[in-house]
Amino acid sequence: MKRTRSFFAVIWPPVLVLIAAIITLHIWASALDEPFLLPTPRAIVRIAINRRHDLLSALGTTTEAALIGFFCSAGGGIAAGMALSASSLVRRAFYPYTVFFQTVPIIAVAPLLMIWCGPGLPAVALCAFIVSVFPVIAGTLTGLLSTDPALEDLFRLYGASRWAKMWKLRLPSALPSIFTGLRVAAGLAVIGTVVGEFLVGVYGPNEGLGVRIVSAKKQGRTDEVFAAVLVASLLGLAMFAIINLAAKLLLGRWHASEQDH
Amino acid sequence: MQIANLHKVFDNDVVAIENLSLEINPGEFVAILGPSGCGKSTLLRIIAGLEKPTGGTVQIGQGKIAYVFQDSHLLPWRNVLRNAALPLELAGVDRADRIAAAREALSQVGLADAVQRYPAQLSGGMKMRVSMARAMVTHPDFLLLDEPFAALDEINRQKLDEQLRKLWLLHRMTVIFVTHSTAEATFLADRAVVLSARPARIVADLLIDLPADRPAAIRSTPAFAAITQKIYDALERGGA
Repeated sequence: MKRTRSFFAVIWPPVLVLIAAIITLHIWASALDEPFLLPTPRAIVRIAINRRHDLLSALGTTTEAALIGFFCSAGGGIAAGMALSASSLVRRAFYPYTVFFQTVPIIAVAPLLMIWCGPGLPAVALCAFIVSVFPVIAGTLTGLLSTDPALEDLFRLYGASRWAKMWKLRLPSALPSIFTGLRVAAGLAVIGTVVGEFLVGVYGPNEGLGVRIVSAKKQGRTDEVFAAVLVASLLGLAMFAIINLAAKLLLGRWHASEQDH
Repeated sequence: MQIANLHKVFDNDVVAIENLSLEINPGEFVAILGPSGCGKSTLLRIIAGLEKPTGGTVQIGQGKIAYVFQDSHLLPWRNVLRNAALPLELAGVDRADRIAAAREALSQVGLADAVQRYPAQLSGGMKMRVSMARAMVTHPDFLLLDEPFAALDEINRQKLDEQLRKLWLLHRMTVIFVTHSTAEATFLADRAVVLSARPARIVADLLIDLPADRPAAIRSTPAFAAITQKIYDALERGGA
């Protein structure tokens, strides 16, 4: 079994990269001296602090849509994966259509979402859902279908019901794979939300980060675009971290895949 | 247990078992040997009802069956106690009873102190013991084992063989033990059925005439060596 690395040992390589990136950006932006094209890190931080109320309110709106989209993906994706795992006929009939979620350009369906839901939270959350559901379906399905055949035999030998097989064997053994899907979905849900806000977001006091990015760009405030992008990335990172933590708590004790993350 | 004219042909037209008949008495400890890939495991799976024969019948009457696989195949998210209790849980036995039965089964394989551990924290030999306890927890009438200790090192394997023999002396269930080790068969069983290369036919059906209670040292006696040799010769005749 591997020794867990200390917090410091885990944290220094990415922090070093971050510092190097900030320094490079600073030198580059200062030399270029075109704040409209490339603001300095200092200018980005300054505008982020000055506009913190707007940014935080936008973050709240975006977080709400991203979380709704993500939870719909998690619930719907796991349920769809379970349904698809039921029989190979069901799988052959429906699986090709789930790939739709993976391949549909969200920009192409945005007008439809606009017609059905109107602009605003439901349409944005739907974008987040469409963009993020496929990895959950695929992860769940892969996990459910790769159950140890010997254990399947064992459950059959002891006359386990379909229900018992699902809850006591298949679902638990699929958990690592489901979490892999959820991790990907968490990041995608934020991307889907921001893109959704570009396309079907509402302007005004409750506008999200995506809308802020669009209006800052229209005003030529590149520093504010950067600040909003930064906040959106931090949101994605935070969601990823929470999923990781949940995976560790749930699986830490037994899954080898969780012992070295 | 009556196995009559058993046939098994796989989907790809490979004949695994051809016209095999075998009678096993209640409480008998039978070792089944044969070259790799000869259909021993298939025979065991058919007896357990995990696979259907193409022809012929297996009659085992009433009785509970337990099966031990080549690897321990434990549920990694359950601790040792809850792994051992699984068959009773699936049978709907209530919690207190199944936990008590699992504790007893685990103490019979020497794991009374490890009940709270998780499979990832156990050695290969310990995992296999949990697997045996899980099989014994229902007090089966038939215990089927498919090369259960093949992946273990020699010392662990011999220890587990001794443990299994003791369990059998205690419970006297019918045991069918598939192996390709002649010494393991001699040590464990009272009867060795040797199968030929595919399709599996019976080459020899040998009585192992050793005392019921077998200390570890019996392995170095001349009688033991003679029986092992007889099984070996039969295997060679079968085309191993």
